[in-house]
Formats: sequence, structure tokens, C-alpha cells
Amino acid sequence: MSQPVLSVRSIVKTFGGIKAVRGVSFDVHKGEILGLIGPNGSGKSTLFNCILGQLEPDAGQVHVYGRDVSGLRPSKLNRLGVGRTFQQLSVFPKMSVFDNIVLAGQEHRGTMLSRLFGPSDAGLTADAERMISFFRLDHLRGTLAGSLSYGQQKLLDAAMAFMAGPALVLLDEPAGGVNLTMLAHLRERLAAYNAEHGTTFVVIEHNMEFVMSLCTRVIVLAEGAVIAEGTPDEIRSNQTVIDAYLGG
Amino acid sequence: MAAWLRRILIVALITLAIAAPLGQGNYIIYVMTSWLVFSVAAMGLNLTLGYAGQISLAQASFMAIGAYTTALLTLAGWHWLAAMPLGVLACFVVGFGLGYPALRVKGHFLAFVTLAFNTLVFLVLRNEEWLTGGTYGLVGIPRPNLGLFSTMRSLPFYYFTLTVTIIAALAMWGIVRSPWGRAFRALRENPIRAESLGVDTRRITLLAFAIGSMYGGLAGALIASLVQFIEPGSFGLAHSLRILLMVAVGGAGYFFGPFLGAGVVILLPEILRFTEGYYLIIYAVLVIVMLIFVPTGMIGMWGRIRDRFIARPVARADLQQGAQLK
Repeated sequence: MSQPVLSVRSIVKTFGGIKAVRGVSFDVHKGEILGLIGPNGSGKSTLFNCILGQLEPDAGQVHVYGRDVSGLRPSKLNRLGVGRTFQQLSVFPKMSVFDNIVLAGQEHRGTMLSRLFGPSDAGLTADAERMISFFRLDHLRGTLAGSLSYGQQKLLDAAMAFMAGPALVLLDEPAGGVNLTMLAHLRERLAAYNAEHGTTFVVIEHNMEFVMSLCTRVIVLAEGAVIAEGTPDEIRSNQTVIDAYLGG
Repeated sequence: MAAWLRRILIVALITLAIAAPLGQGNYIIYVMTSWLVFSVAAMGLNLTLGYAGQISLAQASFMAIGAYTTALLTLAGWHWLAAMPLGVLACFVVGFGLGYPALRVKGHFLAFVTLAFNTLVFLVLRNEEWLTGGTYGLVGIPRPNLGLFSTMRSLPFYYFTLTVTIIAALAMWGIVRSPWGRAFRALRENPIRAESLGVDTRRITLLAFAIGSMYGGLAGALIASLVQFIEPGSFGLAHSLRILLMVAVGGAGYFFGPFLGAGVVILLPEILRFTEGYYLIIYAVLVIVMLIFVPTGMIGMWGRIRDRFIARPVARADLQQGAQLK
């Protein structure tokens, strides 16, 4: 099998006396959409933050295309081709949709000095227009991001994560708080992006229908450890998973 | 604002700035020159605070570094045009260094760090008499000699300051319109998201301090030549607060805010002098009322009036929890 895009090895993270993540390991391969699910407090977000450099793990390594990125700052990780979205709304509310999208790509263009003396759009207008169209936000191009609806902001958040053409995108509860119509739209756009670009996704989500219909493989966490792994159908019928969710 | 309207307004303002001092006495020209000088200092703080969201109570100390460097060098025979860049460069370096605490502390704590720095600079200027002249300061600072265009008289010096201000404003316009400007605003609105999108927030924070300090240094180089006498008391904490007031009154994060803010803080007390003993009271009440009712400053006031008559989208306050991520 080819080299994994993301390789997580024995990640451990404790907060005081609480072990939030207990030696989690998994690989994600090119083009895969991996779902990471588990009950509240199972360690999903902590694991995500350890992978993305927001938290420093107590033990373990994270490799992206074989390169050890453990402890790397989020901005450096992003420049290596790792994008992310946040659980909470995370757009720049007082900038237009267009500026949000351009910002998401500008740091990948040229040098620090060329970004000062070069064009204000960093040569990204065409790419930004394409991304805005892909997520069907054309009619909101000049609108302040903060004036969009919740669902539209979630779409914009996703579009920003893809703007720099990342090889790997980690989506933290992309469906949280989104209405059913917008949810179907978001799922369809994510699947389309994955099909068109072969981008690898890791998705944390509580919405089981969203995960089962989008992901090609699912890992289940409970109390900081992996309790099951398999296709959506396998996970759906796994008794350990059912017990973990129902508290059995 | 439409681009054509903005251009017309800019041309009108520059024309007004050229015509206004004609036929005026030395004192009025001196006040107008002060307005330009403090606009430059406030422009720098507006970048640090208004665009990048980093509080600083040390802008007057950068004016001091620019003023003393320029004064010492010009008194030693250097031309102003050679001395000023060194003062500005010194401010860039010191401002870059002052930015480091901002990587660790935010908000009120950062304000106290910068406040302490302002006090430190004041004490150094007062105590190191061998270099700075101590409380007696430095006197007889020469004005720039530009050959046929002598700046020794107040009107030519006003035009010289206006030219420098326009060049500084154009440079600032270039910065805030560039991808750097977008990164500064991203730092202010949501630093964690900005970092996740590849923005090196550490470097951008340091640059926000360094560039803002450079403008303080430039304003210091100008004020040293304007007054031709400098002493530590002219760069104390009260003056940093005054520059902060200019940014707040004009509208933090708006390009023209510092010009309006400096106009209110420098010019309004002069205009109110006809009220004799009451002018400072009236001035203080006006500023308090304005900051209570229009905390976004004078440009925000214009925005409120415009919003009353022209419907336009605004950022929703109920969906901004992501922007408060810390």
C-alpha cells in the first residue's frame, strides 16, 4: 500500500489526572474520507488538536507524507498542505466573503516581501472566484462574512480550508448546527471536492447520517481509545459501538 | 464608499490642507503642523491597534526615540534627510523587540507592558544627561535645509511636513491594501483561525508593532524640527494616551481615522478657546459623549448616519462566537 497521507502513532494526552487520549494510532491514505466518531468526552477534539499542533501531545508522533510534524505550529502545518475547519464558526466576520477566501490562500503565494509589494489580491482573484462558485456562494461574494447565516458561514469555513489546495483537510464537526437543506448541500460539495481533487479528509462529527453517507471508513473513540474501526456498515452493526453510545 | 467619491474627497482634502494656512499667523500654522505630525504618529498606532488589534500605550516613546535620534544627529551636523531614516530604523528595531511580549500577553496585560516601556524610555531620557540633556533637553535643533526651499519659516515647514505626511499616508495605504493588511485584520479578528490558514501570527504581530513604531519615529523626527527643542516631558505616558485618544476618536481600524482624531484632539481645543476658561471642560465632555454614543469613532458616526438611510449588510453579533476563540 502507498505511503499514508496522515499517520498518527501512539498519541497520548493528559490534562491533570485525566487521560483524554490513550495511545491512539491510525493511518489515512490518499483520497480517503475517514470519520472519527465517539460519544462526548471520548477525546476526538483533543486528538484533533494534537494532530493539528494546537495542543502538544505528551507522547506519540504525527507524520504527514512520512514527515514528522509533531509539535509543528499550525501555520507551518498549513503550509505543508494540511487544512482544517473549526467546530465553532471561524470566519473573519468583518471581511467580505471574497477577502476571507483570498486570505485563506495568500500565505501560499510568493514571499513575505512579494506579498507586501505585489497585488492586493496576491494574484488569487481567479482561484477565489472558482472556489466561491464551487461552494455556490457567488451571490454573497462582496457580503461581510459576519452577516451570513450560520449554514453559509459553515460553507465559507469549508471553502477557506480548501483554498490553498491542501492534500489533507481535517473537518471538526462541519455539520454542527446546520439545517437539513444546507447539510445535504455541504455533504454533496465535500464529496464532489474529494472526487475531483482526491483530497484526503478526516471528519469529526456527531451527525451519524452525515458521517455514514460521506465517509469511506470510520474510527470510533471511547474514553480516549479506539474501540472499533471499519466501513460505515460495519460500524453501524458493531455491538461495542452501540454499547458505548448507549452507555451499556 | 465608491472609489470615485473617495478620490474626489482626497483631492479636496489635500487642496484644503494646501490652502488653509495661507494668510494665517505663525501660531495657527504651528497648530496645523502639529496636527499633521500627530496624524503620522496616530497612523502608526492605528496600524498596531486598529488594524492588528494589539494595544500599545507606548507610541509617545517611539516619537521620543525618533526625535532624540534625529536631534542628536542633526545637532552633530547631519542632514535631516539622513538623520530621520536612522531614527525611524531605530524605532523599527525597538518596536520589533517590544512586540515580543505581545506574543505572550494580551489585552490589559499587554497595555501594562507597553506602559512600562513608555516609562522606561522617559526615565532613560531624563537620567542619561550626558546624551539627552536630561530635564533640560536639547535645544537649537536645526530644520531641514532643502537648498532653494528653506524650511526655517513656519509656512514652508508646514508644506514640508504636509509632503512627508502624504508620502507616509501613501505608504500606509499600500500596506493596509496589501495581503499584509489582510493578515493584520485577520490577526485582530481571529488569530487562531489566521494561524490555521498559514498566517505566521508571530511574525505579523511583531511587524504590526515595528511598522507602527516607525510612524511614531517619523512623527518624532518632525516634531523635533518643528519645535526645535525637545525634553523628556514631551514624550511621557500622557502623550501616549493622547495619541490613543486620537485613534479612538477618529475610528480605530479606519484609514482616515487618525487624521480626524488628531484633528479633534489638536484642533478642537484651539477652536474652543473663545469659551475662555471653559474650553477644556467642553472639550472633555464632547469627547466623553462621543465615545459613549459612537465608540467606533468619527468614521463610525458617519457609518451610523449612512446606515440610517442606506440599507446594507452588517456583521451579525449573534454568530460571532468563532471570532472570540482564544
